[in-house]
Amino acid sequence: MTALLEARHVTKVFGGGLLRKTQTVALENFSFQVSGETPRITAIVGESGSGKTTLARLLLGLVTPTSGEILYRGKDLQKLSGEDRRAFLHDVQAVFQDPFEVYNPFYKVDHVLELPIRNFGLAHSRRERRAMIEEALHAVGLRPEETLGRYPHQLSGGQRQRIMVARALLLRPRLIIADEPVSMVDASLRATILGSLLKLNQEFGISLIYITHDLTTAYQVSQDIIVLYRGSVVEAGDVEQVVRDPQHPYTRLLVGSIPLPNPDRVWQGERVLGRPAGELRPVGPSYCKFHERCPFAMPMCVEQAPPLFQTDPRRVTACYLYREAPAIQPEELVGVFANGHQVQVVSRPEAQREGGAGGVGS
Amino acid sequence: MTEVLRVEDLRVYYHTEAGPVKAVDGVTFALKPGERFGLVGESGSGKSTIALALLRLIRPPGRIEGGAIYLDGINLLSLDEEEMRRLRLARISLVAQGAMNSLNPVKRIKEQIGLALRDHGVQMSRAEFDRYVAGLLQRVGLRPEVATMFPHELSGGMKQRVCIAIAISLEPQVIVADEPTSALDVVVQWQVIDTLRRVQEELGAAVILIGHDMGLMAQTVDRIGVMYAGKLVEIAPTRELFREPLHPYTQLLIASLPSLDGKGELRGIPGLPPSLLSPPPGCPFHPRCPFVMDRCRVEESILREVRPGHWVACHLH
Repeated sequence: MTALLEARHVTKVFGGGLLRKTQTVALENFSFQVSGETPRITAIVGESGSGKTTLARLLLGLVTPTSGEILYRGKDLQKLSGEDRRAFLHDVQAVFQDPFEVYNPFYKVDHVLELPIRNFGLAHSRRERRAMIEEALHAVGLRPEETLGRYPHQLSGGQRQRIMVARALLLRPRLIIADEPVSMVDASLRATILGSLLKLNQEFGISLIYITHDLTTAYQVSQDIIVLYRGSVVEAGDVEQVVRDPQHPYTRLLVGSIPLPNPDRVWQGERVLGRPAGELRPVGPSYCKFHERCPFAMPMCVEQAPPLFQTDPRRVTACYLYREAPAIQPEELVGVFANGHQVQVVSRPEAQREGGAGGVGS
Repeated sequence: MTEVLRVEDLRVYYHTEAGPVKAVDGVTFALKPGERFGLVGESGSGKSTIALALLRLIRPPGRIEGGAIYLDGINLLSLDEEEMRRLRLARISLVAQGAMNSLNPVKRIKEQIGLALRDHGVQMSRAEFDRYVAGLLQRVGLRPEVATMFPHELSGGMKQRVCIAIAISLEPQVIVADEPTSALDVVVQWQVIDTLRRVQEELGAAVILIGHDMGLMAQTVDRIGVMYAGKLVEIAPTRELFREPLHPYTQLLIASLPSLDGKGELRGIPGLPPSLLSPPPGCPFHPRCPFVMDRCRVEESILREVRPGHWVACHLH
């Protein structure tokens, strides 16, 4: 079975050129799959500089990996034929942080909804087109009579954001990649927009990659979670386990830093971990990136980056504190997610790629 | 004197071509010395306008239309511009929204701190000044080397600490902090709030924390005032507000917050905040309120103390 979208050993390095010093590794050896069969919601969580937005842009084909590859139905995203490219643009939709930038201020908002219908020839008549648009707006909790016929500036940020969700829904994609879709939205609307994204998954079977810095909404929305720190996966797996009982010191710090809307809960922040362990200097090119801030740092942390230790059937942690657990390869990450076990782990990527290339020609 | 700051019936309007936008419309609250008071509200509720009004920094087309702001018994609205300038920073200071991006990029941090001091006529020798800056930076958890750095050499959290350092440089009685952590990561957010809390306690200053994050409020302030459409709709001690919110808006706002205690239904507040150009008659929340009565559509609700320390503007109470 081929995955709908797959990242295979993807690394993205920005800047540099000949000057090695200025290079920034935005994402390092990242592997992940979105199944074409089982709709899942996966949260990708990290702070600024974690590489989460780079990952979104890689998965959408907006940036090219420095090494590794992104595959759409087994075919390299950068080398899709015209027909496959169209299918990809239909199957995978994006919702971005600031919806205002997506709109052309001179067009009524109807335009952004009509365009995909026309581009993909989804409707046979104006009436059918209108009906599709109204249905999509209803699905995200907007009243068409209050929304259509207006210009972008006449709508609130939340309304504009929900129109983008409605637009994504029109195409009945297989996957929506949402990068911080609610970070600019007030609390009372945040829940409404996340609720409409959740509904797309439950009612229309659309998979969702929810990229955010906000662990609380990630917990509420997703089933699986991947926590990134400076371009590497530090912990991943079942969201209940990772968020409610975090293992990696970084995930513990993140969870402890959330100010919960409950005055009886203690807000601990950096006190969760305490002071960093001491002066350890990286020995080689590969080391745990969190060691500078980690009170549990050991010499082995700066000798070699920790692999993913599978501490539970549904969770991995990239930390030597859990080195008793068996280590897995990055490409086996998807196996720890529920339903992920159906996806076959390919041990020889070269062979697979040739098979995919054959498919392009046919 | 048990109140360091008292705001009475404050009204701030922005005069637009379409008519006056009543951004702050009759707000009354008071602050005890050393207290941490939170003003929460969604965008457009008027909370940032209050911050600017407290320092009399409202610029046209905005104007303070009426009311009074008593700082230690002095009505700030009756002072002339020069008297007000001398009070700012010295008695009441502001960490403005996005303050960390307003640091001068071509001046070293200590020069920017010095500017504020000189403006208030503080005279010091160079050695005294350097010692003073080092002490100030230490207070906000920054190393003394930061004094000779430029803003671009600092992270967002460090810049925000510098802004706090400037705000406390003359040891004011009231610090107004408008969304001081909105652009920061959660880990850094905790550090900045922790710093603010610590210096505020050391100085014994009162803090008005303005924001939209109910979680941050729950963890930081002693009392909360909830803003809606330019009005305060509820004021209560933090614990009581979360345990027993009385205004339907506060109830829905708290119910819409995601928690980590278990997955719940994601439920927002239906409808949108009203236009402040033509606010609805009666209670501003009545078009969205699940408990709306006939009375709410015509009669304005007044903020009343329904139990000790707990104020609410709702006809249900």
